[in-house]
Amino acid sequence: MSREQMRELQGKRLHKIVEYVYHNVPFYRNKLQEMDLTPEDITTIDDIVKLPFTTKKDLRDNYPFGLQAAPNSEIIRIHASSGTTGNPTIVGYTRKDIGVWTECMARSLTAFGAGRDDIFSVAYGYGLFTGGLGAHNGVEKIGAAVVPASTGNTEKHARLIRDLGITCIACTPSYALYLAETMEKMGITKDQIQLRVGAFGAEPWTEGMRQEIQQRLGLKGFNIYGLSEIMGPSVSYECDAQHGSHINEDHFFPEIIDPATLEPLPYGQKGELVFTTLTKEGMPLLRYRTRDLCSLMDGPCECGRTNIRMSAIEGRSDDMLIIRGINVFPSQVESVVLTMEEIAPRYMLIVDRVNNLDTLMVQVELRQEYFNATMDTPAAIDELSKKLAAKLKSVLSIAAKVQLKAPGTIERSQGKSTRVIDNRKLK
Amino acid sequence: MTIPQLSIFIENRSGTLIKVLELIKQSHIQMIACTIADTAEYGIFRIICSEPDRAYTELKAAGVAVALSEVFALELDNQPGGAADVVRIFSDASIGITYMYAFLYKGNGILVFRTDQDQEAREVISANGLHYLTAEDLA
Repeated sequence: MSREQMRELQGKRLHKIVEYVYHNVPFYRNKLQEMDLTPEDITTIDDIVKLPFTTKKDLRDNYPFGLQAAPNSEIIRIHASSGTTGNPTIVGYTRKDIGVWTECMARSLTAFGAGRDDIFSVAYGYGLFTGGLGAHNGVEKIGAAVVPASTGNTEKHARLIRDLGITCIACTPSYALYLAETMEKMGITKDQIQLRVGAFGAEPWTEGMRQEIQQRLGLKGFNIYGLSEIMGPSVSYECDAQHGSHINEDHFFPEIIDPATLEPLPYGQKGELVFTTLTKEGMPLLRYRTRDLCSLMDGPCECGRTNIRMSAIEGRSDDMLIIRGINVFPSQVESVVLTMEEIAPRYMLIVDRVNNLDTLMVQVELRQEYFNATMDTPAAIDELSKKLAAKLKSVLSIAAKVQLKAPGTIERSQGKSTRVIDNRKLK
Repeated sequence: MTIPQLSIFIENRSGTLIKVLELIKQSHIQMIACTIADTAEYGIFRIICSEPDRAYTELKAAGVAVALSEVFALELDNQPGGAADVVRIFSDASIGITYMYAFLYKGNGILVFRTDQDQEAREVISANGLHYLTAEDLA
């Protein structure tokens, strides 16, 4: 589809969705009326900038069903996102929504090279989280055999991967590393397994993490992006070129805005990603602020797809820590940690305030295999800490205290990892 | 001329030391001597024990950061100045001692140490006819 055809389709769908929420969601009708807008003012996709934003707070304030547009009789599934603060976010899906989601997921998996001959393990959590069931439907749609492994019982899962000759896996990147570690402990080697495709998402990850997972599991790792408010995983997906993730923009229209001024930014500039659902019936959202920071790329991809791409998530506008006035993203710390082979690819950031001064401590795990006879003095261990501290300082522009932990002591996450403890907020 | 020693990286917080000791107990391995080089956040727990190779393998399998190395273990005269007399020999030969600890073995004081100049240390031990323990003595 050409760019012009796509924009025409998006314009038509935008008009329809605005008309739909105007008549079915009092929250949006009130907002549009306050702004003196009617659905007739929105006729092309360029008109989207006139529309109001929606935030996570709006979803919480309208808990549980305030933003639902379809009547309950049309809703066939309800997911809830992890509510770390306040109410969880409730998302209801109509039969058509599930169909669109399944289609988007199938597109993603096809782009990863998965097909009917594959045995596909879904190791996202099944349940309220959208990862498990979302991926599950997509795998069935492409005709592969789905193994609904979910999370937990990793040893059993590892044995199944070996014994069934499982070829594809969908999970979080941190779970993939945990799985690799479990397999190594069990003595299952790379040549005993047949994994070739990994669909990794639900948390930001770096190129270094990709290399590590690929090396340890012997597969090719693809990014899959999504969020439950918009649909779930498969809002965007990588192709074989792995140069950004293609957005299913016939269903989810992306924009990048400056999170401070809320002004739209041109392609190529980094800012906050915003989505408008163009076809959703259950809970359509206009200009939903994802808090994810990235940039958009237009222009054709090497793979031949014409749909727009988004860069890797470089942080979150709310995960962003401001420490002594400096913006710090956990992903920056991750990129440093991954350059040091003595240290496991896991970390925790602990931010505190001592005597009115912000402090940052980075906890990392010593790798068991790198502790040897030359490392058995405090001087040698301190040298390693200092090396990491110096690298962190050069990347973060602020000093961080490094704490080396024993192997296996930083909590492994099976879902989204919590990598930051900010003790400043509690005081 | 040396004996095997286990070095274990442990965090300086409650529960970490007992975890290692319980693992050693479960393996029915006897500790002969131990010492901890501690800092505010972590420590290096060094152990001389029976069956060091098996202890190393089992601790490693339990996920512990453990290293196996060789250290010198010299017998001391059981009288005042015994340690000074031995260390003086190394000091005069300009051999630096990285760390050191002592234990009693069959009634004799044993000085355990690590140096950065292993070859020179061996020569000094031979030249001065110092008595030392070997792995076989502890087996």
